[in-house]
Amino acid sequence: MEGLNELAFVLGGVNHWITVFLIMAGLYIIVSRSNMIKKLVGLSIFQTSVYLLYVSPGKIIGGTAPIIIEGAEDQLYSNPLPHVLILTAIVVGVATLALGLALVVRVNEAYGSIEEDEVYSVGDWN
Amino acid sequence: MRGHLILRVVSKLLIPFLLLFALYVQFHGDFGPGGGFQAGVIVAAAFVLYALIFGLRATQKIIPPALLEVAVPLGVLIYAGVGVLTWSLGGNFLDYGMLDSHDPSHGQHLGILLVEAGVLMTVSSTMLLIFYTFAGRGR
Amino acid sequence: MLIDQFPAIVVAVPLVAAALCAIIRHETACWLIALVVAFLSFVGSATMLGQIKEYGEPLSYKMGGWAPPAGIELRVDLLSGYLLVLVSLIASAVLIYGRHSVRSEIKEGLRGLYYAMYLLCMCGLLGIVITGDAFNAFVFMEISSLSMYTLVALGKDRRALAASYQYLIMGTIGATMYVIGVGLLFTITGTLNLVDMADRLGPILDTPAAIAGMAFVVVGLSLKIALFPLHLWLPNAYAFAPSAVTAFLAATATKVSIYLLMRFIYSVFGFGFAIEQTPIPEVIMVLSLVAIFAGSFSAIFQENVKRMLAYSSVAQIGYITLGIALANATGLTGSLVHIFNHAVMKGALFMLVGGIALQVGTVRLSDMAGVGKAMPLTMFGFVLGGFSMLGVPGTVGFVSKWYLAVGALDNGWWWVVALLMLSSLLVLAYMGRVIEVAFFRERPEGAAALKEAPKSMIMTAWVFILACVYLGFDTSFTVGVAEQAVDVLMGGAQ
Repeated sequence: MEGLNELAFVLGGVNHWITVFLIMAGLYIIVSRSNMIKKLVGLSIFQTSVYLLYVSPGKIIGGTAPIIIEGAEDQLYSNPLPHVLILTAIVVGVATLALGLALVVRVNEAYGSIEEDEVYSVGDWN
Repeated sequence: MRGHLILRVVSKLLIPFLLLFALYVQFHGDFGPGGGFQAGVIVAAAFVLYALIFGLRATQKIIPPALLEVAVPLGVLIYAGVGVLTWSLGGNFLDYGMLDSHDPSHGQHLGILLVEAGVLMTVSSTMLLIFYTFAGRGR
Repeated sequence: MLIDQFPAIVVAVPLVAAALCAIIRHETACWLIALVVAFLSFVGSATMLGQIKEYGEPLSYKMGGWAPPAGIELRVDLLSGYLLVLVSLIASAVLIYGRHSVRSEIKEGLRGLYYAMYLLCMCGLLGIVITGDAFNAFVFMEISSLSMYTLVALGKDRRALAASYQYLIMGTIGATMYVIGVGLLFTITGTLNLVDMADRLGPILDTPAAIAGMAFVVVGLSLKIALFPLHLWLPNAYAFAPSAVTAFLAATATKVSIYLLMRFIYSVFGFGFAIEQTPIPEVIMVLSLVAIFAGSFSAIFQENVKRMLAYSSVAQIGYITLGIALANATGLTGSLVHIFNHAVMKGALFMLVGGIALQVGTVRLSDMAGVGKAMPLTMFGFVLGGFSMLGVPGTVGFVSKWYLAVGALDNGWWWVVALLMLSSLLVLAYMGRVIEVAFFRERPEGAAALKEAPKSMIMTAWVFILACVYLGFDTSFTVGVAEQAVDVLMGGAQ
């Protein structure tokens, strides 16, 4: 029986496992890559984990959109709040990515490279 | 892009429907999933498709970047303008119920419609402007 | 009543004005709009603070007419009113100050947009402070951060671009960590309103989800604050941003995040849990002390004066977080007072250095020889500001260090007091270097003649320098408000 409990723990929280994986993968890419665009990809994956973290607990199996229909007032519905929050977070993510890429384009024009090792070793940073 | 006949014909067929779908998403936002954000992205996608097939210059003739640069803040102003309007009617900021003196729910309909129009404007022009900026760089 | 609408006016008007500026784009018109709006926000914030101080009741504003906890609440109590006044005051002052330096450092076509971004950033910073909703705080945080990255990237040097990129990566990691934490707390409490969240968290604070949420929030905000090992974005961003942006950024951005951290530790998780049952105070304590010494040591070895002041900011942030870790009323008062004091003195110092950057062309220490003779007002202000950083009695620096030291003694931590004194010596070392070069070295032969910086820059900086001295004697505003605000923070727990 104990094995079953562990299985339930692993499978029941599968959305959380994926979230954790995305957080770790995103952070690892940010830390380990020196290519600025790859770093931004990592950042995006990191932000994506948040979307899953919010949206997955808001979903109820069999739940519908939270709109009152006459004659069926007491129907099961999913919590709309996480979706709205994540819509905002997605917009923030898009804005961050666009700004980050714009900066990388400018860095590339100014330095002729998008490798962090090269950019930060050029010139005097003091 | 003279040679790609299939691409040109298919995209010409698709773009009107993309825009129509965007309008559906926009106005269905009151009753179901949808709204200005999603519709804005779909509108932008239609124009990005056009730019990919027919070239950036042709697209910029239809929607010049200068127009977009005005449209982005204008959408924000429409949004905030609704808030200022509700202020002037004696309510809180963005209290849509104030917009109709008889029935607050009608006011809320109107308020959401106006705000979503502002969101559509800002989101679609922002997305398109981002595309223009990146695509037009280095020419 | 009009004052009931003030919380929304303070945030919404800068937003509208930012959009207007982005359409108008005319430099002078945008500057005027920005100035009027910033001043309006300042008057609004000050009025609200006065009202709250008099009646002792926090102002609560229902956004869109929806009642909290379901609706978004704008909530102004003494603590947030204090920060609102600080941010809007600095924003207005930097606008007056920045007219000339913006002209010299930012390309002509971009200046209107610069003011639009500036207003947007101000809107975000005010929003973080004023909102009573955890997710709304994230949205405002990103509004302010994204506009701040843009402002930093406007620096005339190409290094500004790389610094801004670095800031963007670190800042976004911090904000995302924060929002992950809020997500976990939202999942277990079902609410985003901070007051409501505190109520509902009470019985379930021991659960792993609550603890994980708290850890994410604290780490994320520490990144935004630039608490010691997470400070790497700060020196470059401060050093290579345009002078006016540096003054604004240094005086406000990190302070607002510190406010949010205090809110979470003391109001949401509560004194009884976050301070007494978790290792948060110990960790913050050690990191703050390391920050004070590491920051000051790094500052000593900087060639670039802006970068030197930036490292000194890392150290000063250590003082502020030290007050959080002391976790008694006196220490926390010291921390709140230092938020204001540091903003005033660092703002003034960066303004003066901006004047030097404008006239001399660089801010490298080796190019500043003899500047003291050519720009006496600037350098004399710098000396006074340095005294204040050092904590000489009669300046604001002394007031906050005094409260921190007394707070440490209350806990019986005399060694913290000893370390605080020792750290002042390091301040003497790095500020002394600049003063030595500026006053006691001759300007090299053949160097171009130097003039004082434009009047508007000198005057604004000097108002702040004089405030450093004035607030060092008359502490009724800073300490008075801070003590009451501490009651608000600690009150929830005791």
